[in-house]
Amino acid sequence: MSSKSLSDDKPIGVIGAGNFGSVVANLLARQRNVLLYARDPRVVERINATRENRGHALDPRVIATNDLAMVADRCEVLFPIVPSAHFRSLMRQLSPWLHPYHILIHGTKGFDVTLPDGQTIDSIDKLDRSMVKTMSEVIQEETVAVRVGCLAGPNLSRELAEGHPGATVIASHFNEVFNIGKRLLRNEHFQVYGNNDIVGVELAGVLKNVIAIAAGALNGMGYGENARGLLVSRGMVEMVYLGRALGGNTKAFLGVAGVGDLVTTCNSSLSRNFTVGHRLAKGERLSDILQSTDEIAEGINTVKVAKKCADQYKVRAPITKTLYQVLFEDMTVKKALEYLMRYPLNVDIDFLSEDHD
Amino acid sequence: MEVAEKKNKNKRYKPILEAIPDWPVYQLSKNRKEFIEEVAQKAFQEIRKNRPTTKQLVDEVEATVYREQQRMKRNRWRVDPADEPRFWGDLKEELVALTAKPVEEQQLKAEELLYRIVSRYAGEIAGNFKPNSYRLTREIVKFWFARLLNGARVKKFGAFFRNRYTLRDKIQIVGKVKQLRTLAKEGTVVMVPTHFSNLDSILIGWIIHSLGLPAFIYGAGLNLFNIKIFAYFMNSLGAYKVDRRKKNVPYLETLKFYSMSAVQKGAHSIFFPGGTRSRSGAIENHLKLGLLSSTIEAQRNLYMETPEGQPVRKIFIVPVTLNYHFVLEAPDLIDEYLSAKGRDRYLPEQDKYGSWQLIQFLFKFFTKGSNISVSIGRGLDVMGNYVDDVGQSLDAQGRVIETRDYFVSQGEVTIDKQREDEYTRMLSQKIVTEYHSINRVFASHLVAFVAFEMWQKKHPKLDLFGLLRLPEEDQVLLYEEFRAACKRVRKQIYHLKSEGKVYHATHLKGNIDLVIRLGLENVGIFHLKRPLLMNKEGNIITRDFNTLYYYHNRLDGYELEKFI
Repeated sequence: MSSKSLSDDKPIGVIGAGNFGSVVANLLARQRNVLLYARDPRVVERINATRENRGHALDPRVIATNDLAMVADRCEVLFPIVPSAHFRSLMRQLSPWLHPYHILIHGTKGFDVTLPDGQTIDSIDKLDRSMVKTMSEVIQEETVAVRVGCLAGPNLSRELAEGHPGATVIASHFNEVFNIGKRLLRNEHFQVYGNNDIVGVELAGVLKNVIAIAAGALNGMGYGENARGLLVSRGMVEMVYLGRALGGNTKAFLGVAGVGDLVTTCNSSLSRNFTVGHRLAKGERLSDILQSTDEIAEGINTVKVAKKCADQYKVRAPITKTLYQVLFEDMTVKKALEYLMRYPLNVDIDFLSEDHD
Repeated sequence: MEVAEKKNKNKRYKPILEAIPDWPVYQLSKNRKEFIEEVAQKAFQEIRKNRPTTKQLVDEVEATVYREQQRMKRNRWRVDPADEPRFWGDLKEELVALTAKPVEEQQLKAEELLYRIVSRYAGEIAGNFKPNSYRLTREIVKFWFARLLNGARVKKFGAFFRNRYTLRDKIQIVGKVKQLRTLAKEGTVVMVPTHFSNLDSILIGWIIHSLGLPAFIYGAGLNLFNIKIFAYFMNSLGAYKVDRRKKNVPYLETLKFYSMSAVQKGAHSIFFPGGTRSRSGAIENHLKLGLLSSTIEAQRNLYMETPEGQPVRKIFIVPVTLNYHFVLEAPDLIDEYLSAKGRDRYLPEQDKYGSWQLIQFLFKFFTKGSNISVSIGRGLDVMGNYVDDVGQSLDAQGRVIETRDYFVSQGEVTIDKQREDEYTRMLSQKIVTEYHSINRVFASHLVAFVAFEMWQKKHPKLDLFGLLRLPEEDQVLLYEEFRAACKRVRKQIYHLKSEGKVYHATHLKGNIDLVIRLGLENVGIFHLKRPLLMNKEGNIITRDFNTLYYYHNRLDGYELEKFI
């Protein structure tokens, strides 16, 4: 088995040196050498000099680089973890260096939106599925890689970095991808589950950000646990409906990447999306909040996309739609809550019985 | 009346391999005995691997014998060999004698019985390509088609013996012909046509010959061998036999290894991936994954088994659509489809068409204006990537990629069943997309589609079955409305064509009244009850709603109904 051990020496690539990217690089470094790609050469220099990034001390086995071609050439397994807004352009850059043997496991929770010429996300009324793509779909559209997976679940970067117990889901159509991901990531604090509904898992991870903003807003208003419990459970129902309209199965939403991630994010002041909601409730305007933070809260864009998809597919999504009004149409959080509490709906759960997928 | 078809540029193609002994299919039949032996051996190994305990093995053999005896009791065919009852009867007796024996003996005996079964199956399946009979058949077909054509068309004494018309005038071949010819030299071609009519296999056989390609092998339903004319043609064209009555594991495994080993040995093959003829008249949406997965497996085996340094023979998938104005079996197919949809019951294979009906049909076909066109799609590798003219796989950006890399894990080609299942699913989706984009829309498809959808739109509350029972007085469409809708749908078809999502015959262009007339004259042209007609007032009526639905379905899946 000489070739196998040879292959085991191959480094793993992490593309994107953000917060989560750095944490994943450290997790991987427990097993293998890691090449961490950052777009900005100055960042690469700084990381390699200080051995630190975004507040995380980096494992000695992590080497930062600016050379995408080299990363693709030396690694068989790549973890792209960049904001969804840059994901497609990154894949286009990476595409010439990829081969069908590459395995890509992404960790980005967001939508890719491609609009018809002359339209913007604000000008367009409704979005259909041909314009809205998940990251795994982007990978397959832009590159030759087919063995694609996604990393989802309650992965708060700071807790992972501190070695608190946690878990992740690796979703892929390929058992091979799951097995490799598990071998690379699993350790005594970190459990790895598999799921074959990759699109469902991606949708769960993306849509939960909407509810996370709402949870932050409730918290900012000073409301307690009853209110949050209500939001989480109703939010869950909304995610399932939207998720199904966009091509996921109900099951994915009931697992670690769905309920697990949702509960975590809605209870955590560590989450960026939660923070945005919190500050909104305190009376800050969205534009001011966005200016004062350097990391992107994926949830804000997701609210737009989710709302417009809900319109297109006629999905009942009161929380998403109200949140949209708060964010972009100057409704106050207080007004929004009043509206939601009056919303005429009295069936608790109706998605399990009619679910045939 | 004939609307001018663009000058038929079909030309004669030179054979790519002149001498029949060079043909892969000939090689296969020359070594027939060894090949059957090899297939039986592989199937045997596979079944034994999946039945590790003696009990499982014995159960499998027992189940097979039981099912075969049931089949012989209920459903025997003319082609079934005469020694069949004896063979299975003997097996049964040996099995009964086995029960009292110790386990080791049982295992040995069960293995022996299993081997006898798969050997018999391999022999039953195997085709018997004979060069002389192939040449003879080819000449007979050419001679009689020419007589029919000329006799029927040129109404002068003696026209019977002229050669003014050939099949080429009736059957148009469009698409990537040149590429197909190169690919057949560079590697192994697996042609995957749509399947609408029993005539398809003969048609494809003729096309392959007229493109100058060596004979392809294909699995033909054993039921077709009941019809003597068919049996003769197919035996000589390299067909192997697929018996759909036999659904037991040993048979299916043997069949799989037969087709897979043949492809692996370089025999160009035809698979009808829809499995059987399309019952609804729609282009196949769900393909049978078994045959496709065996091509992927064959390619992977080639990568694993070809000695280092030697070039690996590549397998190319070539989608083909057959476009008809008329499908002989349409009324029966759609009835089967509808009753299955209505009640979800089991449908037996049945053929009401013997040799005589076939000849009648052929005569009508040549005497009246009805053309067939065949679209050859771009070649794909087993992963569904397009290949260039020398057979290299290309990614979406046109970069050359290695098909081998799809099977590589940590630097080596590996066997991963689950991975290949997923690849099969991807390939099948790709083939369906290709079908839709090379499908050639005829005027008859257009009028059938528009008429049916207009009726549907006029009665939005009726479901399909309600619509099909529409009272006769409602079955009239005003010509002006019909014409306008045809125009709108045709425009959208042009638009789809510009996006590469469909293709259309040249006769679809031009004056819409002429196109509609051509469509009406040709749609289901030889059916007793015409699916679409113009009445005395010049409006559109139907005599057979079900068959209209059948021809309408051909344009299903393009979202054209929005333009009605």
